[in-house]
This record gives sequence, C-alpha cells and structure tokens, in this order.
Amino acid sequence: MVTPPEVSPTGIRFEDIEKRYGGLYALRRVSFEVAQGECVVLAGRNGSGKTTLLRIAARLVRPSSGQLSFPGAAGGSGSAAKNTGFVAHAIMAYDELTAEENLLLFARLLGTSQPAKRVEELLREVGLFERRDSLVRTFSRGMRQRVAIARALLHAPSVLLLDEPSTGLDPQGTSWLTETLRRMRDARCTILMSVHGETELSALATRAIRLDSGAVVADTRTGASFRSILTFADA
Amino acid sequence: MSLFSNTTALLGKELRTEFRSRELLTTTIVFILIVLVLFSFTFDPTSDESRRFGPGLLWLAFLFAASLMLQPCFLREQTNDTLDALRLSVADPFAIFLAKLAANTLFLLVTELLLLPVFAMMYNVKVLPVLHWVILVFFLGSLGVSIAGTALSAISAQARMRELLLPLLLLPLLTPILVASTEVTIALLDRSPYVQWKGIGFLGVFDVVFLTTLWLFGEYLLEE
Repeated sequence: MVTPPEVSPTGIRFEDIEKRYGGLYALRRVSFEVAQGECVVLAGRNGSGKTTLLRIAARLVRPSSGQLSFPGAAGGSGSAAKNTGFVAHAIMAYDELTAEENLLLFARLLGTSQPAKRVEELLREVGLFERRDSLVRTFSRGMRQRVAIARALLHAPSVLLLDEPSTGLDPQGTSWLTETLRRMRDARCTILMSVHGETELSALATRAIRLDSGAVVADTRTGASFRSILTFADA
Repeated sequence: MSLFSNTTALLGKELRTEFRSRELLTTTIVFILIVLVLFSFTFDPTSDESRRFGPGLLWLAFLFAASLMLQPCFLREQTNDTLDALRLSVADPFAIFLAKLAANTLFLLVTELLLLPVFAMMYNVKVLPVLHWVILVFFLGSLGVSIAGTALSAISAQARMRELLLPLLLLPLLTPILVASTEVTIALLDRSPYVQWKGIGFLGVFDVVFLTTLWLFGEYLLEE
C-alpha cells in the first residue's frame, strides 16, 4: 500500500530562479508556486530546463540566483528537502546490490521506521517481491524504473518530484504508477513532474506549466489550453 | 546519532559491494606485489641496504596503489547517479565521506598487512619484534592517505581528465605522509629499533587536520 505523507503537506515556491552554466542559461527568472497538495506537470521540448528545475527543487543543484522555499514545511526548508522523493532520469540505485539491499540501504539512511517491513511492502507494491534477491544489474529498464520509484516512495514523502517517471514502464507499469500518484495526490502530497505529451500521468495534473529555453512561457489550470501546453498545439 | 547510523549503513554498502566484486583489493595487492618485486631487482637486498631503502620503497608502493584504489571511490557513484540519491537521503553529507574513508582505510590496511610478510621476506628485514608499532604507523599513514584521497576523489570524479587528475593532486599532497611514515618505519626496522614519536605525532596531526577540513567543507565537494 502507498503510505500517505508522514509530515504535513508542503508547497514549493520558485522565486526568480536562474541557472547558468558558463554563458548558457538553463533557467531564466523562473517564478511560480506549487501549492500544498497540488499536482503540476512540466512540459517543454528537450533542453527547455525541466530537469534542471526539478534538480533545483530537489536541492541537488544550487541556482545561480533566486530563491527556493517550501511554504508550510514543518522544521524549515532543510527538513522539507529531506521529505522530498525524487525520481530522476537515472535510477539512483546500485547495480551491484539486490533490489532489497538497495531499498533497505536507503530506508535506513532516511530513518524510515521498520525499514524491513516498509521495503517488503514496497517491493510487493512495485511487483518486484519475487525478484528481491536479484542484482539490479540484471533487471530490465522497466524493472529498474520500478526500483527507482520504490526508492522515492520509501519515506512517504510530502513532496514528489518526478522526471519523466514512466520511462521504460510497460502499460501495466504506467497504470500502476498513475494509480499510485493519484493516491499520493489525494493524500495531499505535492507533486511536480515532467512529462512528454499528453499521457495517462498528465491526466492527474490540475495544472500544466510549459518551459521554453529556460523560461516559463505558459501556465494554465484547465481546459483546452491545458491540453495545448502538453501537446505543443499552441507553440 | 544519525551520522553514526548513516555512516555504518553506508560502510556496510561499501564493504558488501567490494567483497562481492573484489575488484579493488585484488588489483591493489597484485600491483604492490609487482612494485616490490621490481624494486627488489634494483639493488642487492642485504640487511643494511634494506633497512635504508626498504621502508621508502614500501611506502611509495602503498601510495601508488592508493592512488589506483581511490580512483573509483566516487566514480562508482556516477554510474546511476547514486551520489544524488545519497545526498537526498543522508542527514549529514559527512557520513558519505566517513563511510568511504573508513572503507578505504580498511582496504589499504588489509592490503598492507597481507603484503608485510612478503616485504619482510624479500627485503630480509625483521618486523615481528616491532609488529604492533608497524601496524600503528600503517594505520595512521593509511588513514591520512584515505582522508586526503577520498576528498580528492570527490573533486576529480567531476572533472574532465578524472583518471589523470587524482594522482596529480594526490601524490604531491601526500608527500608529508610519505616522508613521516618512511622515517618512522626506518626507525622501527633499525638494528636497535626505536619509536620516532615526532613522526607518529606528525601523522596524527595530519589526520586530525585533514579530517576536520573534510568535515567543514566536504558538503561543497559533493555539489555539482
């Protein structure tokens, strides 16, 4: 079962965020707020800045300028960062460890209560319980993605950041992920995810933001413009 | 408490992955063995000559081997971006360094102790009467090498010429350890062995200073 967030929901606020790599702007004055319990999709072409923005939200990359904060976070931004689950492009798990060893390691690092029980629960949830003793190295792309998702959900985070999370998943896997995220959203977990095009996952979102060349060029909540942001119909 | 529990969990991971692959230990042991054998051809290892040159050669071999051993320390974390996962999970990033340097110290120490009898036999020196002191010097020296090496490995892993950068940065930085460890080992292998406290004190201070620096600034080394 997907566990609802252990801490009170937290929002994410980007204020004038810029990221430069030398003379290249990855993000230009990005400002928006994801409210507590909101599910937002980030759309945009390759290189538009989605991944950089998600990595800044995960506090893995420091912005060149601007402010990132987590409104409503009990214990301040530092604590909010530790209550963040992040699914990135890479699976962020060790190839030389088994699925169970990987999840147990991260559960212990995150201070999850009853780590063994939580790991077993998640392995069943993502459909890898039978393969729990296999090295991650031997997994298919989809199975590796399931490990990545399970790792992000270990500590029942109040903020979920997902970078194209359905990559490598088969239709059943995508449906499972959609249902999981739906339950997380309904439990007031704040979700910010990047997607490509209109997908099963994007249907969960109540708001879509499009980035182009590192800047927010569209931000809408419902209706036809929501679809056009995802499908680039208005681009 | 979380620093301790995070460090032990990560140390467990380091040991498990190494003992599963045995990549580092095997390579390092073979490398040191080759260096010791090659060095032994360059002079006639009579007892007096060995006492003079042996410890220096031994520590040089350890340093070269360490620069090989420390290279994959942070490079391994780049394969699946696992360093990001660690940064998101640990309460204190120092735990990542502590676990890695503890594992590196342990691997180096195991390698050194396994090769000590080979060195004693090939270079015709008696180490048994001063074994406990030799182990202390090995420990302090290996700890210093591991602290500096782990920090530099984190830096070089993000650089473009990473394979070349680590030895280039590491070997000059470790010169003081090489000199102090060699002098202490020479004194211990003397005809009338004695403990050179000045050298041991220097190694201890080196370890404390570098460990404190790593504790203070280590977090910045992990950032992109």
